[in-house]
Amino acid sequence: MRIENHPILAFADAATVEFTFNGQALSGREGEPIAAALHDAGVRVLRHSPRYHRPRGLFCAIGNCSSCLMTVNGVPNIRVCVEPLRAGMTVETQDGKGRLA
Amino acid sequence: MKEVDIVVIGGGPAGLSAAVHAAKMGAGVLLLERSQALGGQLVKQTHKFFGSRQEFAGERGFDIAHTLMEQIAQQEKIEVWTNATALGYYPDGVLTVKRNENFRTFRPRKLIVATGASEKALAFPNNDLPGIYGAGAVQTLMNLYGVMPAKRVLMVGAGNIGVIVAYQLLQAGVEVAAVIEAAPRIGGYWVHASKIRRCGVPILTGHTIRQAHGTTQLTGVTVCRLDEKWTMIPGTDTLFEVDGLCLAVGLSPLTELLWQAGCKMNFVPELGGYVPWRNEYLQTTHKNVYVAGDVAGVEEASAAMVEGKLAGLAAAFALNHQTADFAADYRAAKQQLNALRSGPLSAKVCHGLCKVMLEEAM
Amino acid sequence: MLAIDGTATAEDLQAVLPTPDRRRRGAVAVIECFQEIPCNPCADACPRGAITMPENISQRPVFDPDKCNGCGVCVGRCPGLAIFVVDYSYGEDTALLKIPYEFRPLPQAGDSVTALDRQGAAVGSARVVKVQEQKNRTTILWLAVTAAMATAVRNIRLSGEVRA
Repeated sequence: MRIENHPILAFADAATVEFTFNGQALSGREGEPIAAALHDAGVRVLRHSPRYHRPRGLFCAIGNCSSCLMTVNGVPNIRVCVEPLRAGMTVETQDGKGRLA
Repeated sequence: MKEVDIVVIGGGPAGLSAAVHAAKMGAGVLLLERSQALGGQLVKQTHKFFGSRQEFAGERGFDIAHTLMEQIAQQEKIEVWTNATALGYYPDGVLTVKRNENFRTFRPRKLIVATGASEKALAFPNNDLPGIYGAGAVQTLMNLYGVMPAKRVLMVGAGNIGVIVAYQLLQAGVEVAAVIEAAPRIGGYWVHASKIRRCGVPILTGHTIRQAHGTTQLTGVTVCRLDEKWTMIPGTDTLFEVDGLCLAVGLSPLTELLWQAGCKMNFVPELGGYVPWRNEYLQTTHKNVYVAGDVAGVEEASAAMVEGKLAGLAAAFALNHQTADFAADYRAAKQQLNALRSGPLSAKVCHGLCKVMLEEAM
Repeated sequence: MLAIDGTATAEDLQAVLPTPDRRRRGAVAVIECFQEIPCNPCADACPRGAITMPENISQRPVFDPDKCNGCGVCVGRCPGLAIFVVDYSYGEDTALLKIPYEFRPLPQAGDSVTALDRQGAAVGSARVVKVQEQKNRTTILWLAVTAAMATAVRNIRLSGEVRA
């Protein structure tokens, strides 16, 4: 969900772009991290861990922790907390260590 | 390979301030920032800063960040590289950098490391469930991108970050179920604690997490009380139904580059973990490496900015850059830092600093 | 207790609330800053020199209620949102409060809102007299409350709004 009316901050407008998440059409703001657009859409499970296949989400949001690795445009292990959203991206949950296409 | 006077690593409050002041002395500066924009965590701070006018007291963190970024933009002596990660600093004085997908090398005459800190995690069952965030992540989502992290959040930690982010959650329209804190006392400023209390948020000191619940995502958290020996008291469990859990349990300095460069380090819990030995000019045991901000010891952003100024001035001075008011400027900044650290809440930091302060200049 | 749960005790407040004599003389600031933190914008803000800092900025501000006229400039400037203004001379049995407020939506002058105490508990209703928006985005709300509530009320909630 987006914050509608903030007492302190004004959020700059950005173009709305379309992308897909596991084949589902979603939209977000161009240039925001992919994870922000997914959160806005209510998607918080981003990958499954290699050994126990446990669901993992966003943890640090600044590229430190590797909790949010996803497969983007076929490339695995993309930190979606810092990867800018672009029009037409294919974003997929990653299972385990990911596989190069 | 490009020669450069000073490379500053990290574009947060310490690094921005170091770059500005080194450039004012006449030094050429390359400022490296690994993310796509300058500002570090300062751009996510929506509260009015404390301190005095010299540290921009009364202004909000993100406004201060923009002021510093404008100063950077106006300085012709500063080159800024974003999306640029420093990879290593070698005995022959070579610094390696990855910028976008390119590899570059530099030979800086001085290096100022201002890499900041990362958030600590907490061990409890199910602590990896989606919906459990570091407090910084919540700030990033809400205050940079305008996205709510959850509908109802439990905050862990009543230090300054915990109570400040709890207030920011309320401002963003997110419910805050409670702030819990394992210690018997609130570590953050009481004024911040009072702000969330009068919004009806309970602050439960002497409480910790027993476990998180949920299968695919967080659905709740069981909290229990701690006795005076920090042991969980049976029969004191309370379940909070929340879809967000925010951890504000401390920071640890991002010192990898300092270790790799061979700086002598010391473990100082009061400063957040391993930090470099340094002299009063913020010069480490490696004579070309200076430090400023959280990487030198976790503290407030106001102190980080003043440390950045001191390191910037000192590094430029060591390269024989001089200005007429250098001595007065340096002395004033030093006094400013002492004033910021003079209160009872800074006693811990001051105690920690004593454990890594070198007597002699390198 | 502030260190335990973030709420000032009656004793804490006793030391900063205006004396009965000062109450009779009109609006005055109440500085609920109980901790030695490095901070001095209140002293810079006061146009009448009623708030001063001792030598060291980590000490608590010193307040002279005789110099204060309750203008409220400090209310909007305190980084800790810890300063309030109370005017017991506002009406027969009505006091005027000025409180800092940083939430949206803002109430409008004339609105009736729920008055909250320092723990966020509803203690009655308040009438919004004025909404003073400021450049630094801390809004100052002028609230009319019963005189009996004026010591307790420190926040408001718009009708129908649940926050915590």
